[in-house]
Amino acid sequence: MTEIKTPLDSEVVDNLKAGDRVSLSGVILTGRDAAHKSLVEAYTAGQDLPVDLRGQVIYYVGPCPAKPGKVIGSAGPTTSTRMDPYTPLLIRELGLKGMIGKGNRSQQVIEAMKEEKAVYFLAVGGAGAYLAKRIKKAEVVAYPEFGPEAIYRLEVSDFPLIVGIDCYGRNIYEEGKKKYRRMPSNA
Amino acid sequence: MKEICADEITKVVENLCVDACTKLGKDWWQAIDDAISHEESPLGKEMLQIIKENADLAASTGEAICQDTGMAVVFLELGQDVRITGGNLYDAVNEGVRRGYVKGYLRKSVVEDPLMRENTGDNTPAIIHVDIVPGSDLRIIVAPKGAGSENSSALKMLKPADGKEGVLKFVLETVEATGPNACPPMVIGVGLGGNLEKSALLAKKALLRPLGERNPIPHIAQLEEEILELVNMTGIGPQGLGGRVTALDVHIEVYPTHIASLPVAVNIQCHAARHAEAVL
Ligand code: SF4
Repeated sequence: MTEIKTPLDSEVVDNLKAGDRVSLSGVILTGRDAAHKSLVEAYTAGQDLPVDLRGQVIYYVGPCPAKPGKVIGSAGPTTSTRMDPYTPLLIRELGLKGMIGKGNRSQQVIEAMKEEKAVYFLAVGGAGAYLAKRIKKAEVVAYPEFGPEAIYRLEVSDFPLIVGIDCYGRNIYEEGKKKYRRMPSNA
Repeated sequence: MKEICADEITKVVENLCVDACTKLGKDWWQAIDDAISHEESPLGKEMLQIIKENADLAASTGEAICQDTGMAVVFLELGQDVRITGGNLYDAVNEGVRRGYVKGYLRKSVVEDPLMRENTGDNTPAIIHVDIVPGSDLRIIVAPKGAGSENSSALKMLKPADGKEGVLKFVLETVEATGPNACPPMVIGVGLGGNLEKSALLAKKALLRPLGERNPIPHIAQLEEEILELVNMTGIGPQGLGGRVTALDVHIEVYPTHIASLPVAVNIQCHAARHAEAVL
Protein backbone atom coordinates (compact mmCIF):
# COMPACT_ATOMS: atom_id res chain seq x y z
CA MET A 1 0.00 0.00 0.00
CA THR A 2 1.46 3.33 -1.10
CA GLU A 3 0.40 6.35 0.92
CA ILE A 4 0.20 9.54 -1.06
CA LYS A 5 -0.97 13.06 -0.44
CA THR A 6 -2.46 15.62 -2.80
CA PRO A 7 -1.54 17.73 -4.70
CA LEU A 8 0.43 15.37 -6.94
CA ASP A 9 3.61 16.13 -8.87
CA SER A 10 5.23 14.28 -11.76
CA GLU A 11 7.68 12.52 -9.48
CA VAL A 12 4.93 10.94 -7.35
CA VAL A 13 2.95 10.00 -10.45
CA ASP A 14 6.01 8.48 -12.08
CA ASN A 15 6.39 6.02 -9.20
CA LEU A 16 2.84 4.69 -9.38
CA LYS A 17 2.40 1.47 -11.35
CA ALA A 18 -0.81 -0.10 -12.66
CA GLY A 19 -2.22 -2.43 -10.01
CA ASP A 20 -0.62 -0.61 -7.05
CA ARG A 21 -2.82 -0.15 -4.02
CA VAL A 22 -2.89 3.46 -2.96
CA SER A 23 -4.15 5.20 0.14
CA LEU A 24 -4.84 8.83 -0.73
CA SER A 25 -5.18 11.69 1.72
CA GLY A 26 -5.70 15.41 1.26
CA VAL A 27 -7.94 17.60 -0.87
CA ILE A 28 -9.55 16.39 -4.09
CA LEU A 29 -12.17 17.94 -6.39
CA THR A 30 -15.26 16.31 -7.81
CA GLY A 31 -16.43 16.70 -11.39
CA ARG A 32 -18.81 14.92 -13.75
CA ASP A 33 -20.18 15.48 -17.23
CA ALA A 34 -21.74 18.93 -16.70
CA ALA A 35 -18.75 20.36 -14.79
CA HIS A 36 -16.29 19.06 -17.39
CA LYS A 37 -18.30 20.59 -20.20
CA SER A 38 -18.49 23.95 -18.40
CA LEU A 39 -14.76 24.01 -17.55
CA VAL A 40 -13.77 23.27 -21.13
CA GLU A 41 -16.22 25.83 -22.51
CA ALA A 42 -14.94 28.50 -20.09
CA TYR A 43 -11.32 27.76 -20.99
CA THR A 44 -12.04 27.81 -24.72
CA ALA A 45 -13.83 31.15 -24.36
CA GLY A 46 -10.82 32.57 -22.49
CA GLN A 47 -12.76 33.03 -19.23
CA ASP A 48 -11.45 32.59 -15.67
CA LEU A 49 -12.00 29.12 -14.30
CA PRO A 50 -13.75 28.64 -10.94
CA VAL A 51 -11.10 26.12 -9.77
CA ASP A 52 -7.34 25.70 -10.26
CA LEU A 53 -6.59 22.18 -11.46
CA ARG A 54 -2.80 22.34 -11.32
CA GLY A 55 -1.54 19.20 -9.55
CA GLN A 56 -5.09 18.30 -8.61
CA VAL A 57 -7.03 15.06 -8.62
CA ILE A 58 -10.62 14.98 -9.91
CA TYR A 59 -12.98 12.35 -8.51
CA TYR A 60 -15.76 11.46 -10.95
CA VAL A 61 -18.64 11.35 -8.50
CA GLY A 62 -22.12 12.74 -8.02
CA PRO A 63 -22.81 12.04 -4.36
CA CYS A 64 -26.11 11.49 -2.58
CA PRO A 65 -27.23 14.38 -0.33
CA ALA A 66 -25.75 14.33 3.18
CA LYS A 67 -28.05 13.21 5.96
CA PRO A 68 -28.25 15.52 8.99
CA GLY A 69 -24.97 15.35 10.92
CA LYS A 70 -23.16 13.61 8.03
CA VAL A 71 -20.43 15.03 5.79
CA ILE A 72 -21.75 13.56 2.56
CA GLY A 73 -24.08 10.83 1.30
CA SER A 74 -23.09 7.71 -0.63
CA ALA A 75 -20.16 8.68 -2.90
CA GLY A 76 -18.71 6.06 -5.26
CA PRO A 77 -17.18 6.57 -8.71
CA THR A 78 -19.13 7.04 -11.91
CA THR A 79 -18.13 5.65 -15.33
CA SER A 80 -15.08 7.64 -16.47
CA THR A 81 -15.40 7.24 -20.21
CA ARG A 82 -18.07 9.94 -20.41
CA MET A 83 -15.39 12.44 -19.36
CA ASP A 84 -12.93 11.27 -22.05
CA PRO A 85 -13.76 13.97 -24.64
CA TYR A 86 -12.79 16.70 -22.12
CA THR A 87 -9.95 15.05 -20.21
CA PRO A 88 -6.96 15.56 -22.57
CA LEU A 89 -7.46 19.34 -22.41
CA LEU A 90 -7.68 19.25 -18.61
CA ILE A 91 -4.41 17.30 -18.45
CA ARG A 92 -2.52 19.21 -21.13
CA GLU A 93 -3.68 22.80 -20.60
CA LEU A 94 -4.91 22.93 -17.01
CA GLY A 95 -2.33 20.74 -15.26
CA LEU A 96 -4.63 17.99 -13.96
CA LYS A 97 -2.49 15.19 -12.48
CA GLY A 98 -4.92 12.55 -11.34
CA MET A 99 -8.41 11.15 -11.90
CA ILE A 100 -10.51 8.77 -9.84
CA GLY A 101 -13.26 6.77 -11.53
CA LYS A 102 -14.23 3.36 -12.84
CA GLY A 103 -14.01 1.75 -16.24
CA ASN A 104 -11.82 2.17 -19.30
CA ARG A 105 -10.38 5.35 -20.83
CA SER A 106 -9.93 6.40 -24.45
CA GLN A 107 -6.59 6.19 -26.23
CA GLN A 108 -6.49 10.01 -26.38
CA VAL A 109 -6.72 10.23 -22.59
CA ILE A 110 -3.97 7.64 -22.19
CA GLU A 111 -1.71 9.51 -24.62
CA ALA A 112 -2.20 12.76 -22.67
CA MET A 113 -1.48 10.90 -19.40
CA LYS A 114 1.77 9.53 -20.84
CA GLU A 115 2.96 12.85 -22.22
CA GLU A 116 2.14 14.95 -19.17
CA LYS A 117 2.60 12.29 -16.45
CA ALA A 118 -0.89 11.90 -15.05
CA VAL A 119 -2.45 8.88 -13.36
CA TYR A 120 -5.88 7.22 -13.42
CA PHE A 121 -7.05 5.67 -10.16
CA LEU A 122 -9.95 3.28 -9.62
CA ALA A 123 -12.27 3.35 -6.65
CA VAL A 124 -14.61 0.41 -6.01
CA GLY A 125 -17.72 0.99 -8.13
CA GLY A 126 -20.99 0.69 -6.26
CA ALA A 127 -19.33 0.97 -2.84
CA GLY A 128 -20.64 4.46 -2.17
CA ALA A 129 -21.41 4.00 1.53
CA TYR A 130 -17.99 2.45 2.18
CA LEU A 131 -16.15 5.24 0.36
CA ALA A 132 -18.22 8.08 1.88
CA LYS A 133 -16.94 7.07 5.33
CA ARG A 134 -13.45 8.15 4.24
CA ILE A 135 -14.56 11.65 3.22
CA LYS A 136 -14.00 14.03 6.12
CA LYS A 137 -15.19 17.32 4.69
CA ALA A 138 -17.21 18.39 1.65
CA GLU A 139 -18.13 21.81 0.29
CA VAL A 140 -19.43 22.99 -3.04
CA VAL A 141 -16.89 25.29 -4.72
CA ALA A 142 -18.36 25.74 -8.21
CA TYR A 143 -21.52 25.28 -10.25
CA PRO A 144 -23.95 24.78 -7.31
CA GLU A 145 -26.78 24.97 -9.85
CA PHE A 146 -25.74 21.54 -11.15
CA GLY A 147 -26.93 19.82 -7.95
CA PRO A 148 -25.15 16.44 -7.62
CA GLU A 149 -22.98 17.46 -10.60
CA ALA A 150 -21.55 20.55 -8.86
CA ILE A 151 -17.79 20.73 -8.18
CA TYR A 152 -17.13 19.82 -4.55
CA ARG A 153 -13.90 20.22 -2.63
CA LEU A 154 -13.46 17.03 -0.60
CA GLU A 155 -11.02 16.28 2.17
CA VAL A 156 -10.28 12.57 2.21
CA SER A 157 -8.26 10.45 4.54
CA ASP A 158 -6.87 7.03 3.59
CA PHE A 159 -9.10 6.89 0.54
CA PRO A 160 -8.58 3.36 -0.88
CA LEU A 161 -7.63 3.31 -4.58
CA ILE A 162 -6.02 1.08 -7.19
CA VAL A 163 -3.83 2.49 -9.95
CA GLY A 164 -5.92 1.65 -13.03
CA ILE A 165 -3.74 3.16 -15.77
CA ASP A 166 -0.29 4.50 -14.97
CA CYS A 167 1.67 7.24 -16.75
CA TYR A 168 3.36 4.59 -18.90
CA GLY A 169 0.01 3.47 -20.28
CA ARG A 170 -0.09 0.14 -18.44
CA ASN A 171 -3.67 -0.89 -17.78
CA ILE A 172 -4.76 -3.15 -14.91
CA TYR A 173 -8.03 -4.08 -16.63
CA GLU A 174 -6.23 -5.54 -19.63
CA GLU A 175 -3.66 -7.34 -17.54
CA GLY A 176 -6.20 -8.75 -15.06
CA LYS A 177 -8.54 -9.96 -17.75
CA LYS A 178 -5.78 -11.66 -19.72
CA LYS A 179 -4.59 -13.50 -16.64
CA TYR A 180 -7.98 -15.04 -15.84
CA ARG A 181 -9.37 -15.55 -19.34
CA ARG A 182 -10.25 -19.20 -20.13
CA MET A 183 -12.49 -18.88 -23.17
CA PRO A 184 -12.97 -22.05 -25.22
CA SER A 185 -11.51 -21.52 -28.70
CA ASN A 186 -14.89 -21.83 -30.46
CA ALA A 187 -16.65 -19.11 -28.40
CA MET B 1 -64.40 -4.71 -6.18
CA LYS B 2 -61.60 -3.86 -3.73
CA GLU B 3 -60.80 -0.21 -3.25
CA ILE B 4 -57.24 1.00 -2.80
CA CYS B 5 -56.64 4.61 -1.93
CA ALA B 6 -54.09 6.54 -4.02
CA ASP B 7 -52.55 7.91 -0.81
CA GLU B 8 -51.77 4.41 0.34
CA ILE B 9 -50.00 3.67 -2.93
CA THR B 10 -47.92 6.83 -2.49
CA LYS B 11 -46.91 5.81 1.01
CA VAL B 12 -45.91 2.30 -0.04
CA VAL B 13 -43.89 3.52 -3.05
CA GLU B 14 -42.13 6.07 -0.82
CA ASN B 15 -40.99 3.33 1.56
CA LEU B 16 -40.05 0.92 -1.22
CA CYS B 17 -37.76 3.52 -2.83
CA VAL B 18 -35.81 3.91 0.40
CA ASP B 19 -35.76 0.17 1.12
CA ALA B 20 -34.60 -0.75 -2.37
CA CYS B 21 -31.73 1.76 -2.30
CA THR B 22 -30.43 0.72 1.10
CA LYS B 23 -31.13 -3.00 1.50
CA LEU B 24 -30.44 -5.97 -0.75
CA GLY B 25 -32.43 -9.20 -0.85
CA LYS B 26 -31.62 -12.51 0.86
CA ASP B 27 -30.79 -14.05 -2.51
CA TRP B 28 -28.14 -11.35 -3.07
CA TRP B 29 -26.34 -12.12 0.20
CA GLN B 30 -26.25 -15.80 -0.69
CA ALA B 31 -24.94 -15.01 -4.19
CA ILE B 32 -22.18 -12.72 -2.94
CA ASP B 33 -21.02 -15.31 -0.42
CA ASP B 34 -20.91 -17.94 -3.17
CA ALA B 35 -18.97 -15.50 -5.35
CA ILE B 36 -16.42 -14.85 -2.59
CA SER B 37 -15.83 -18.55 -2.14
CA HIS B 38 -15.47 -19.17 -5.90
CA GLU B 39 -13.25 -16.24 -6.82
CA GLU B 40 -9.68 -17.28 -7.65
CA SER B 41 -8.16 -13.83 -7.95
CA PRO B 42 -7.05 -12.42 -4.58
CA LEU B 43 -7.78 -8.87 -5.75
CA GLY B 44 -11.16 -10.00 -7.08
CA LYS B 45 -11.98 -11.65 -3.78
CA GLU B 46 -11.05 -8.48 -1.97
CA MET B 47 -13.34 -6.44 -4.25
CA LEU B 48 -16.23 -8.79 -3.47
CA GLN B 49 -15.55 -8.45 0.23
CA ILE B 50 -15.63 -4.65 -0.04
CA ILE B 51 -18.89 -4.87 -1.99
CA LYS B 52 -20.33 -6.99 0.81
CA GLU B 53 -19.00 -4.70 3.52
CA ASN B 54 -20.53 -1.75 1.67
CA ALA B 55 -23.94 -3.45 1.52
CA ASP B 56 -23.69 -4.23 5.24
CA LEU B 57 -22.84 -0.63 6.01
CA ALA B 58 -25.71 0.66 3.88
CA ALA B 59 -28.22 -1.63 5.58
CA SER B 60 -27.09 -0.64 9.06
CA THR B 61 -26.76 3.13 8.49
CA GLY B 62 -29.49 3.72 5.92
CA GLU B 63 -26.98 5.25 3.48
CA ALA B 64 -27.57 4.39 -0.15
CA ILE B 65 -25.70 1.27 -1.33
CA CYS B 66 -24.60 3.23 -4.39
CA GLN B 67 -24.76 6.98 -4.98
CA ASP B 68 -26.43 6.34 -8.32
CA THR B 69 -29.87 5.66 -6.93
CA GLY B 70 -31.02 5.57 -10.51
CA MET B 71 -34.29 6.20 -12.20
CA ALA B 72 -37.07 4.52 -10.25
CA VAL B 73 -38.50 1.71 -12.36
CA VAL B 74 -41.87 0.75 -10.92
CA PHE B 75 -43.74 -2.41 -11.89
CA LEU B 76 -47.40 -2.57 -10.96
CA GLU B 77 -49.38 -5.79 -11.17
CA LEU B 78 -52.87 -4.46 -10.84
CA GLY B 79 -55.66 -6.93 -10.10
CA GLN B 80 -58.59 -6.38 -12.43
CA ASP B 81 -60.95 -6.29 -9.44
CA VAL B 82 -59.18 -3.32 -7.87
CA ARG B 83 -60.53 0.21 -8.04
CA ILE B 84 -58.16 3.08 -7.28
CA THR B 85 -59.83 5.85 -5.31
CA GLY B 86 -58.86 9.36 -4.33
CA GLY B 87 -56.50 10.12 -7.19
CA ASN B 88 -54.67 9.09 -10.34
CA LEU B 89 -52.54 5.94 -10.18
CA TYR B 90 -49.53 7.39 -12.03
CA ASP B 91 -49.58 10.60 -9.97
CA ALA B 92 -49.72 8.52 -6.80
CA VAL B 93 -46.63 6.53 -7.83
CA ASN B 94 -44.68 9.63 -8.85
CA GLU B 95 -45.56 11.36 -5.59
CA GLY B 96 -44.23 8.30 -3.73
CA VAL B 97 -40.97 8.44 -5.69
CA ARG B 98 -40.66 12.18 -5.03
CA ARG B 99 -41.11 11.69 -1.27
CA GLY B 100 -38.97 8.58 -1.06
CA TYR B 101 -35.99 10.20 -2.76
CA VAL B 102 -36.22 13.22 -0.44
CA LYS B 103 -36.80 11.20 2.73
CA GLY B 104 -34.00 8.74 2.02
CA TYR B 105 -31.48 11.43 0.98
CA LEU B 106 -31.21 9.65 -2.34
CA ARG B 107 -29.68 11.25 -5.40
CA LYS B 108 -31.93 13.02 -7.88
CA SER B 109 -30.71 11.74 -11.24
CA VAL B 110 -33.45 12.59 -13.74
CA VAL B 111 -33.23 15.31 -16.40
CA GLU B 112 -36.40 16.68 -17.96
CA ASP B 113 -35.46 17.00 -21.62
CA PRO B 114 -32.96 14.47 -23.00
CA LEU B 115 -31.17 17.20 -24.95
CA MET B 116 -31.58 20.28 -22.73
CA ARG B 117 -30.75 18.15 -19.65
CA GLU B 118 -32.15 20.10 -16.74
CA ASN B 119 -32.51 18.10 -13.53
CA THR B 120 -36.15 17.72 -12.45
CA GLY B 121 -34.93 18.01 -8.85
CA ASP B 122 -37.05 15.23 -7.35
CA ASN B 123 -36.14 12.14 -9.37
CA THR B 124 -39.50 12.05 -11.14
CA PRO B 125 -40.95 10.94 -13.38
CA ALA B 126 -40.56 7.26 -12.60
CA ILE B 127 -40.69 4.67 -15.35
CA ILE B 128 -43.96 2.88 -14.69
CA HIS B 129 -45.05 -0.45 -16.17
CA VAL B 130 -48.56 -1.67 -15.46
CA ASP B 131 -49.81 -5.22 -15.98
CA ILE B 132 -53.47 -5.98 -15.45
CA VAL B 133 -53.75 -9.39 -13.77
CA PRO B 134 -56.60 -11.47 -12.34
CA GLY B 135 -57.57 -10.91 -8.71
CA SER B 136 -57.91 -8.02 -6.31
CA ASP B 137 -54.33 -7.32 -5.20
CA LEU B 138 -51.91 -4.61 -6.25
CA ARG B 139 -48.30 -5.79 -6.30
CA ILE B 140 -45.76 -2.98 -6.43
CA ILE B 141 -42.09 -3.55 -7.26
CA VAL B 142 -39.63 -0.66 -7.16
CA ALA B 143 -36.35 -1.36 -8.96
CA PRO B 144 -34.00 1.66 -9.04
CA LYS B 145 -31.62 1.36 -11.97
CA GLY B 146 -28.34 3.28 -12.32
CA ALA B 147 -26.95 4.46 -15.63
CA GLY B 148 -23.59 2.68 -15.54
CA SER B 149 -25.26 -0.66 -16.05
CA GLU B 150 -28.26 0.58 -18.04
CA ASN B 151 -25.92 2.28 -20.55
CA SER B 152 -24.18 -1.07 -21.03
CA SER B 153 -27.38 -2.74 -22.18
CA ALA B 154 -28.18 -3.56 -25.80
CA LEU B 155 -30.80 -4.97 -28.12
CA LYS B 156 -30.50 -6.71 -31.45
CA MET B 157 -33.00 -8.07 -33.93
CA LEU B 158 -31.33 -11.36 -34.86
CA LYS B 159 -32.34 -13.55 -37.77
CA PRO B 160 -34.13 -16.79 -36.88
CA ALA B 161 -31.23 -18.65 -38.51
CA ASP B 162 -28.84 -17.15 -35.92
CA GLY B 163 -30.55 -19.38 -33.36
CA LYS B 164 -29.15 -20.21 -29.97
CA GLU B 165 -25.56 -19.58 -31.11
CA GLY B 166 -26.51 -16.09 -32.22
CA VAL B 167 -28.09 -15.34 -28.85
CA LEU B 168 -25.04 -16.62 -27.00
CA LYS B 169 -22.72 -14.56 -29.15
CA PHE B 170 -24.70 -11.35 -28.72
CA VAL B 171 -24.90 -11.66 -24.93
CA LEU B 172 -21.16 -12.29 -24.74
CA GLU B 173 -20.39 -9.37 -27.05
CA THR B 174 -22.50 -7.09 -24.86
CA VAL B 175 -20.76 -8.24 -21.69
CA GLU B 176 -17.27 -7.93 -23.20
CA ALA B 177 -18.03 -4.46 -24.52
CA THR B 178 -19.06 -3.18 -21.10
CA GLY B 179 -16.24 -4.92 -19.22
CA PRO B 180 -15.54 -2.97 -16.02
CA ASN B 181 -18.01 -0.15 -16.70
CA ALA B 182 -21.10 -1.81 -15.26
CA CYS B 183 -19.55 -2.56 -11.85
CA PRO B 184 -19.22 -6.34 -12.11
CA PRO B 185 -20.09 -8.87 -10.83
CA MET B 186 -23.23 -8.25 -12.82
CA VAL B 187 -26.59 -9.89 -13.25
CA ILE B 188 -27.56 -10.41 -16.87
CA GLY B 189 -31.20 -10.11 -17.84
CA VAL B 190 -32.07 -11.43 -21.29
CA GLY B 191 -35.36 -10.94 -23.10
CA LEU B 192 -35.81 -13.38 -25.93
CA GLY B 193 -38.65 -13.19 -28.47
CA GLY B 194 -41.69 -10.96 -28.74
CA ASN B 195 -40.80 -7.86 -30.72
CA LEU B 196 -38.51 -4.86 -30.19
CA GLU B 197 -40.16 -3.38 -27.07
CA LYS B 198 -41.36 -6.69 -25.67
CA SER B 199 -37.85 -8.15 -25.58
CA ALA B 200 -36.53 -5.06 -23.77
CA LEU B 201 -39.23 -5.28 -21.14
CA LEU B 202 -38.65 -9.02 -20.68
CA ALA B 203 -34.94 -8.39 -20.16
CA LYS B 204 -35.70 -5.86 -17.44
CA LYS B 205 -38.23 -8.19 -15.79
CA ALA B 206 -35.70 -11.01 -15.86
CA LEU B 207 -33.65 -8.98 -13.37
CA LEU B 208 -36.43 -9.22 -10.79
CA ARG B 209 -36.21 -13.00 -10.52
CA PRO B 210 -34.36 -14.18 -7.36
CA LEU B 211 -30.68 -14.98 -7.99
CA GLY B 212 -30.04 -18.68 -8.32
CA GLU B 213 -33.51 -19.43 -9.69
CA ARG B 214 -33.77 -20.93 -13.20
CA ASN B 215 -36.33 -20.43 -15.96
CA PRO B 216 -38.89 -23.28 -15.73
CA ILE B 217 -38.43 -24.19 -19.43
CA PRO B 218 -35.64 -26.81 -19.42
CA HIS B 219 -33.77 -25.73 -22.58
CA ILE B 220 -33.93 -22.06 -21.53
CA ALA B 221 -32.65 -22.98 -18.06
CA GLN B 222 -29.82 -24.82 -19.78
CA LEU B 223 -29.04 -21.79 -21.93
CA GLU B 224 -28.89 -19.65 -18.77
CA GLU B 225 -26.30 -22.00 -17.32
CA GLU B 226 -24.33 -22.10 -20.53
CA ILE B 227 -24.18 -18.31 -20.85
CA LEU B 228 -23.26 -17.93 -17.18
CA GLU B 229 -20.39 -20.35 -17.58
CA LEU B 230 -19.06 -18.59 -20.67
CA VAL B 231 -19.40 -15.11 -19.16
CA ASN B 232 -17.42 -16.30 -16.18
CA MET B 233 -14.63 -17.48 -18.48
CA THR B 234 -14.11 -14.02 -20.00
CA GLY B 235 -11.73 -13.14 -17.18
CA ILE B 236 -13.35 -9.73 -16.60
CA GLY B 237 -13.97 -10.58 -12.94
CA PRO B 238 -15.11 -8.47 -9.99
CA GLN B 239 -14.82 -4.75 -10.83
CA GLY B 240 -13.24 -5.78 -14.14
CA LEU B 241 -9.85 -6.30 -12.47
CA GLY B 242 -9.60 -9.91 -13.62
CA GLY B 243 -11.11 -13.01 -12.09
CA ARG B 244 -13.63 -15.80 -12.25
CA VAL B 245 -16.83 -14.09 -11.11
CA THR B 246 -17.97 -11.70 -13.83
CA ALA B 247 -21.67 -12.43 -13.36
CA LEU B 248 -23.68 -13.58 -10.34
CA ASP B 249 -26.40 -14.97 -12.57
CA VAL B 250 -28.06 -14.99 -15.99
CA HIS B 251 -31.84 -14.85 -16.26
CA ILE B 252 -33.68 -15.31 -19.55
CA GLU B 253 -37.36 -14.59 -20.09
CA VAL B 254 -39.04 -15.67 -23.32
CA TYR B 255 -42.16 -14.79 -25.34
CA PRO B 256 -43.56 -16.06 -28.63
CA THR B 257 -42.25 -14.14 -31.63
CA HIS B 258 -42.89 -13.61 -35.35
CA ILE B 259 -41.95 -16.33 -37.86
CA ALA B 260 -39.31 -13.96 -39.28
CA SER B 261 -37.92 -12.53 -35.98
CA LEU B 262 -35.53 -13.36 -33.17
CA PRO B 263 -35.32 -10.27 -30.97
CA VAL B 264 -32.82 -10.42 -28.11
CA ALA B 265 -32.41 -7.74 -25.46
CA VAL B 266 -29.65 -7.77 -22.84
CA ASN B 267 -30.22 -5.68 -19.75
CA ILE B 268 -27.07 -5.50 -17.67
CA GLN B 269 -27.50 -5.11 -13.92
CA CYS B 270 -24.56 -4.16 -11.73
CA HIS B 271 -23.83 -5.84 -8.41
CA ALA B 272 -26.17 -3.32 -6.75
CA ALA B 273 -29.14 -5.46 -7.82
CA ARG B 274 -31.77 -3.40 -6.08
CA HIS B 275 -35.49 -4.09 -5.92
CA ALA B 276 -38.12 -4.09 -3.21
CA GLU B 277 -41.77 -5.06 -3.33
CA ALA B 278 -45.04 -4.96 -1.45
CA VAL B 279 -48.56 -6.29 -2.02
CA LEU B 280 -51.65 -4.21 -1.21
S1 SF4 C 1 -23.27 0.55 -12.33
FE1 SF4 C 1 -24.51 0.13 -10.50
S2 SF4 C 1 -23.08 -0.08 -8.80
FE2 SF4 C 1 -22.02 0.91 -10.50
S3 SF4 C 1 -22.23 3.08 -10.11
FE3 SF4 C 1 -23.91 2.53 -11.48
S4 SF4 C 1 -25.62 2.01 -10.13
FE4 SF4 C 1 -23.78 2.06 -8.87
